[in-house]
Amino acid sequence: MKVLRAVVLVMIAGAVALTVPNGSVNAEQKVLKIGVLGVMSGPAASWGLVNRYCAETSAQLINEQGGWPIGGEKYRIEVASIDDRNDPKVSVAGAERLAYHDKIKYIIGPNVDTTAAAIVPVMEKAKAINIPYAFSKSLYTPPRSNSILGMIASYQAGPVIYKYLKTQKGVRSVSFIARNESDPLNQRTEGVAAAKALGLTVASSEDTYEPGTSDFTPVMSRVVRQNADLIVLSGVAPADETAQDAKILNEVASKAANGFISVGGASTPEIRSEYMDRFVQRYTKVAGEWNDEAGTKVYALEMILRTLSLAGPKAIADVDAFKKAIPLFQVQNPFLKEAKMLKFVGAAYFSQPRQIGVPMVVNVFEDGKFRTLFIGSVE
Amino acid sequence: MILGANYALIALGITLIFAIMGVLNFAHGEMYVLGGFVTYYLYGRFGLNYFLALLASSATVAAVGLAFERLCFRRVLRITTREESTMLLAAGTALLLDSLSLVVFGEKQRGVPPVAPGVYHVFNAFVPAGRVLIFVLALGLIGAFLLFMQYTRPGRGLRAIAQDKEAAALMGVNLDRYRALGFAVGAALAGVAGGLLVTEFAVNAGAGTPISIKAFIMIMIGGAGVVSGAILGAVVLGFAEAVGYFFIPGSVTYLLILIGVIVFLVFRPQGIMGRPWG
Repeated sequence: MKVLRAVVLVMIAGAVALTVPNGSVNAEQKVLKIGVLGVMSGPAASWGLVNRYCAETSAQLINEQGGWPIGGEKYRIEVASIDDRNDPKVSVAGAERLAYHDKIKYIIGPNVDTTAAAIVPVMEKAKAINIPYAFSKSLYTPPRSNSILGMIASYQAGPVIYKYLKTQKGVRSVSFIARNESDPLNQRTEGVAAAKALGLTVASSEDTYEPGTSDFTPVMSRVVRQNADLIVLSGVAPADETAQDAKILNEVASKAANGFISVGGASTPEIRSEYMDRFVQRYTKVAGEWNDEAGTKVYALEMILRTLSLAGPKAIADVDAFKKAIPLFQVQNPFLKEAKMLKFVGAAYFSQPRQIGVPMVVNVFEDGKFRTLFIGSVE
Repeated sequence: MILGANYALIALGITLIFAIMGVLNFAHGEMYVLGGFVTYYLYGRFGLNYFLALLASSATVAAVGLAFERLCFRRVLRITTREESTMLLAAGTALLLDSLSLVVFGEKQRGVPPVAPGVYHVFNAFVPAGRVLIFVLALGLIGAFLLFMQYTRPGRGLRAIAQDKEAAALMGVNLDRYRALGFAVGAALAGVAGGLLVTEFAVNAGAGTPISIKAFIMIMIGGAGVVSGAILGAVVLGFAEAVGYFFIPGSVTYLLILIGVIVFLVFRPQGIMGRPWG
C-alpha cells in the first residue's frame, strides 16, 4: 500500500513539475498581458487570425528568451484573444472584457472601421491603447489619442504605387472595384481622388460586390471591359476574394496572377533579417503555414513592447506614460536586413504620430512568388 | 446557364432534405465547403485523379450527413414535433461545421489547378473550358439524380415520403432508413457541388453561410421541397445574377434580386412549383 502511495505521489509531483514551465524562474516572473481583438471567424477570419498568430508567435519567442525587459525586469508575455466576428456589438463586449475583466491596457485590433470606431469609447474610458487595422482618419486624429494605426493605409500606399506605375510602367488609366462595405468603399473613394490628383484617367469606379461572393466572373467582366491599364481592388478580404499570400495566388490563378501588386511589411525573403526568418519559422509552427500578410502584422506586439521598454514600468498600467514615449521612440527595424529606422509616424495625416512606421514594401507576384518592387515609407 | 446548373446541384440537395424530413438544412453551405476542401486536398495537394477526388468529396460529405441524421436529427424528429427544434439543431450543425472547417483547414482561400485549361471562343463570348466541364458534369449529375428519383426503388420511396410520410409508412417504406438515405444523398450533392466549384471559385472556411443563403433563395423561388422547383429556382437565380452583374454595378444586382424575391413571395409564398398547402 505504501509503495502504491509513493508511486502515486511521485506521479503527481512529476505531473506538477511538467505543468510549471521553466521551473522556479517562471513561478515568480511578472506577467504582461496583451489583448488581440478582431475577426477570427467567417469569410474575413484571416485578418484577425493573422494578428493572433503573430502575437502568439512573438510571445513564444520572447518567453523562450526569458521574457521582455522593462525597467530592468523581465516580463512573461501572455496573449488573450477574442473573436469579434466583425460585429461592432461583439467588438465592444470583447474590448470591455479585455480592458476591465482581464485588466489589459494594450490591445491589438480590431480589423475594420466599424469595429474599430465602436470600441473607441471603451478604450478611452478604460485608459487603454489599441492598434487597429482600420483606415478611418478620425480614429487617429485629435481629440482621439488611444488608437494607433497598425499598418499602411490605402490612401497612403495608393498614390505611391500609382505614381510608380505611371512613371515606370506607363500606366495611364485605372478602374476600381470594391467590396460593398464601409471600409473598402472609403478606400475606393480615397483611391479615386488620389488617382485623379496624379492625372490618371479613372475608367470606372462604381463596381462593387457583396461580401461572400465566390464567382467573380460576372463582376470582373464589367471591370475588365473598361480596358484600364490598372485595376485596383479596394478592401479585399484575404480569405474571401484574392490574397496577399503568394501560395494562394499560385493555387488559385498560377501564372495568370503575374503582375498582381500588394503591399507587405517584411514578407519577401530577400529583405528579411535573421530575426524575421526565425519569426517566419515559428509562425509556421504556430499557424500551420506561413501567411505573407503576417509580414505586416508582425510589428504590433514588438512596437508595444519596445515602447514600454522606453517608457518604463509605469507605462504598463498608465498609457499616458506610453503616449509620452511615442514621439521619442526610434529603433533599427529588427525585421529588415537593410538598416531602416522603425518609429511611430502619421503626423502628416493625423496631426499626431499615431501609426506604426511599417515600411511600405510593394511586392509584385511573378511566377509563383512575390518579388519586392520597391520599399517606400509613409513619410 | 453555367451558373444556374451549378446552383441547381446545391439547391437539389437542400430541397431533397427538406422534402423528406421537413428540415431546413442550414449546414448545407458548410457541407459544400467540406466537399470543396476534400477535392482541394486529394486533387490539388496529393495529385489524385480529379474524378476520384470528386467521388471522395461526395462520399465524405454523405457520411457526414448520414452521421448528422443518425446521431442528431432522427432523435429530435422522434421526440418533438416542434419545427423550431430541428431548425435550431440545423443551425447548430452549421456552426459546428463552420468552426471545425476553420480549425482543420485554416483561414486561407484554397484553389486547385484547372481540370480543363483553356478558353473557348463561342460567337462573341469567351467561355473558360473549366466552366464548360463543370456545366457538363453538373447537367450529368442532375440527370442522374432525376433518373434515380424517378425510376429506382429507393427514389420512389423518397418521393413517397416527400408526398405523404404516413401513407408511405403504411405501404411498407422504412421511414428511418429512407430518411437517412435522403439526408446522405442531399449532403452528397452539396459535397459534389463543392468539389466541382472549387476548380473555378476556390473555397475558404467561411464560404458556407453565403452558399446556404443562396440555396434558400433558390428553393424559395422554385418551391421548397419540389425537385423541379429547385432546378428552376437555380436557373432563375443564375440568370438574374449573370445578367444583373453584367449590366448593373455589383451590389445593386443583389439588392434588386432580394427585393424581387420579397415581392414574389408576397404574391406566391409557395414558390413557382410549390403547393399552397405545403
